[in-house]
Amino acid sequence: MSAQLLQLICFYAFAAVAGISALMVITLRNSVHAVLSLVLTFFSVACIWLLAQAEFLAIALIVVYVGAVMVLFLFVVMMLDINLERMREGFIKFLPVGIVVAAVMLVEMLALIGVRAMHVMTMGPDPAAAAGMSNTAWLGQALYTRFLLPFEIAALILTVGLIAAVVLTLRHKPLTRRQNPGDQVRVSNRDRVRVVKMAAERPQESES
Amino acid sequence: MITLSHFIVLGAVLFCIAVAGIFINRKNVIVLLMSIELMLLAVNINFVAFSRFSGDVAGQVFVFFILTVAAAETAIGLAILTLLFRNRSTINIAEIDSMKG
Repeated sequence: MSAQLLQLICFYAFAAVAGISALMVITLRNSVHAVLSLVLTFFSVACIWLLAQAEFLAIALIVVYVGAVMVLFLFVVMMLDINLERMREGFIKFLPVGIVVAAVMLVEMLALIGVRAMHVMTMGPDPAAAAGMSNTAWLGQALYTRFLLPFEIAALILTVGLIAAVVLTLRHKPLTRRQNPGDQVRVSNRDRVRVVKMAAERPQESES
Repeated sequence: MITLSHFIVLGAVLFCIAVAGIFINRKNVIVLLMSIELMLLAVNINFVAFSRFSGDVAGQVFVFFILTVAAAETAIGLAILTLLFRNRSTINIAEIDSMKG
C-alpha cells in the first residue's frame, strides 16, 4: 500500500467521523452529549489538519478548543438547569426547512467552487519543509514579523474578553463581607489609631 | 492522493450541517453557539487547505486569529448566557423577547 493511498484512507476516515459527529451535535437531545460530540468533531478536524501538515494549528485546536473552550461549554451546560423537553419544541417543525436549506446551500456551494476543476490540484511538497524549517517555525516567523501588529491586537482582544466575562458575571451580594484592596492600600495611620488627649495623672479617688 | 477539493467539500459539508443546526435548534442558545463554532471550524478548514496548497503562510496565520477571536466570543457569549439564566431562569429564545426586536 502506498503512502498516498494510506493518506487518502485516513482522510476519509477522519472526515467521516467529523461529519457524523457534527450531525450528532445538532440532533442529540442531551446538551452534554452534544458538547462531547463537538469535541470529537474538533479532534477529527485536527487530525485532518495534521494530514495537511499544519501541525501547529492542529495542536493549537486541540489545546485551545478541546482543552479550554469546550470545557467552558461543558461547565456552563452542566451548571445551567435546562428543561430539555421545552428546548426540543419546534425541532420537528423546523427539521424539513433546515434540511432543505442546508441541502440547497451545499449543492450551490459545490457547484460554485467547481469541485472538478480543483480535483486536479494535488498536494505538492510541504512549503515549510521546502523553506527548510518546521511548520511551527514557518508560522512563527510570519507571525512575529509581517503579522506582529495583528498578533498584539489578538492579545488585546483576549484580554478584553477575559475582563468582559468577569465583569459580566460578577455579582455584588449586599450581605457578603469582602475585601476592598483600594481602601486597604489607601489607609493611613489616622484611620487606625486615635490619639486621645487626657491628663497624665490618675483621677482622684474619693476618700472613703 | 488528497486533492484540494477533498478539503473544500469537507468544509462545505460541515458548514451546511451547522446551518441546518441553527434552523432546527431555534430554542436552545447553547446549540446555536455550538453551531457557530462549527461554522468557524468549516471556514478554518478552507483556510488551512488553501494555505497548504498555495504555499502561503498567511492562511494559517489567519486561522490563528480566527481561533483567538472565536475563543473570546465564546467566553463572552457564555458569560451573557449565564447572566441571562440568572436573571430570567430560562435560555429559551422564544421567551427572551423583552427588547421586542
